[in-house]
Amino acid sequence: MITFSSVDKVYPRIGLALSDVSFRLHKGEFCFMTGHSGAGKSTLLRLIHMAERPTRGSVLVGGYDAMKIRPREVAILRRKIGFVFQDFRLLRDRTAAENVAFALEVTGARPAVVRTKVARLLAQVGLASKANAYPAELSGGEQQRVAIARALANDPLVLLADEPTGNLDQRAARGIFELFRSINASGTAVLLATHDMDLIRANPRIRVLELEHGRLVHDSAAEN
Amino acid sequence: MLYALRQALAAFRRTTLLTALSITMIALSLFVIGLFGIAAHNVRLVLEDVESRVEVVAYLRDDASPTAVEFARSEIAAFGEVQEVRYVSRDEALDIARSELPEFQALFTDLDVNPLPASLEILLQPGSRDPAHVAAVAERVALYPFVEDVAYGSDWLEKIFVLRRVAGATALVMGGTFAAVAAVLIGAAVRMAIYARRDEIAIMRLVGATGAFIRRPFLLEGLMTGVLGGIVALLLTYAVHRVVAGSIFPLEWVPLSWTLAGLAAGGAVGVAASALAVHRHLREA
Repeated sequence: MITFSSVDKVYPRIGLALSDVSFRLHKGEFCFMTGHSGAGKSTLLRLIHMAERPTRGSVLVGGYDAMKIRPREVAILRRKIGFVFQDFRLLRDRTAAENVAFALEVTGARPAVVRTKVARLLAQVGLASKANAYPAELSGGEQQRVAIARALANDPLVLLADEPTGNLDQRAARGIFELFRSINASGTAVLLATHDMDLIRANPRIRVLELEHGRLVHDSAAEN
Repeated sequence: MLYALRQALAAFRRTTLLTALSITMIALSLFVIGLFGIAAHNVRLVLEDVESRVEVVAYLRDDASPTAVEFARSEIAAFGEVQEVRYVSRDEALDIARSELPEFQALFTDLDVNPLPASLEILLQPGSRDPAHVAAVAERVALYPFVEDVAYGSDWLEKIFVLRRVAGATALVMGGTFAAVAAVLIGAAVRMAIYARRDEIAIMRLVGATGAFIRRPFLLEGLMTGVLGGIVALLLTYAVHRVVAGSIFPLEWVPLSWTLAGLAAGGAVGVAASALAVHRHLREA
């Protein structure tokens, strides 16, 4: 579903961010991506999200080629890629339900459909009772759950998560990770960027991609 | 579209102060254009009135034969520039002089001989009342052997046309300048609105909104701001017009088409400025 072949990414001012990266992520797979700050994790996620184009090599996502995709197709593709960030990126002037509804409204979904789906998504992430709370009234873990519900709104094929537990305490982080596991269990692939080595060690059966200075130095799937 | 409208209205509510400021700026710009429009319209009316009186008068020799004069009259009437040719006999000329120049009443009453010549009064077509056409007609008319002299007030005619050109050019330059200022202000206001909502736009892109979907609420906001500014400007202009026309000097209100064009221009400037601002933002983001 996601294929990187010999991908380089060079930024004019910063220089090489990714170098000769190749891997495939399959439908329904769960995968960690790790590496130090600046190793290229976020760049790799941005390439999948088609927010960047590779300088060399090819990036294929859901049948689209990053070098040939048209702007409108990027928008359509993104509906099939959920994206969750460390800083949640919620709209502060809208309630939890409105934040989730937002992702559906931009696709032109009908209000009745939006209402039903938002209620179901909030229930799925365990926030049915906080639908009308504003982000400031929610804990960090709860805000991340709202962000995840939003990312799931359009039934994505893959959920990208960029340090989703970086701002959370251990208990909240564990809850979020379990949520990702259950989302994955229902068929959505998950690519989770983290440098929480404890989390990775605690889940030895999950595939790990490790980046170092822009190079993919370790892929646990390749060992098996 | 309903979503875009809801968002545009919500944006109005969320940034009331900014929106009010934008509307005020646009209203003031269009208000100045409106005042200038009234001035330009009234200058034009005065000039048209003066111009409608532009005529070439050919004074005829006393020995001119009536047949020749009648022939010339129909020939001149067929000139492309000419609207109408009127024959004024010597007696009519004296009657007109008596009624129009009462100060000289005494002079005209005890006359043994009528000193005034007969004439052909040549009225020109509306498009031909400029100095060049008038002079050309005068020259051709002067060629008739029984024409003694031709008068057409060349001096003041030249001045009127200079005045008209200056008024037209000033209206164009001032109007254009203020329209440009209004556009820049709307653009700035929309840029501010975009800046205030940059997080929202970033998230829209994140969750797969198309460019058109992102643009629509801003374009609508620009349109509404422009039209509202236009309405406020219209009310202000009308108020000033009423005050001036009621107590200072008579002033005509501009034609309805101008008013509608003003509102449409407000809306168009609003949309164009928004489109430019959003386009830039989306390209930079």
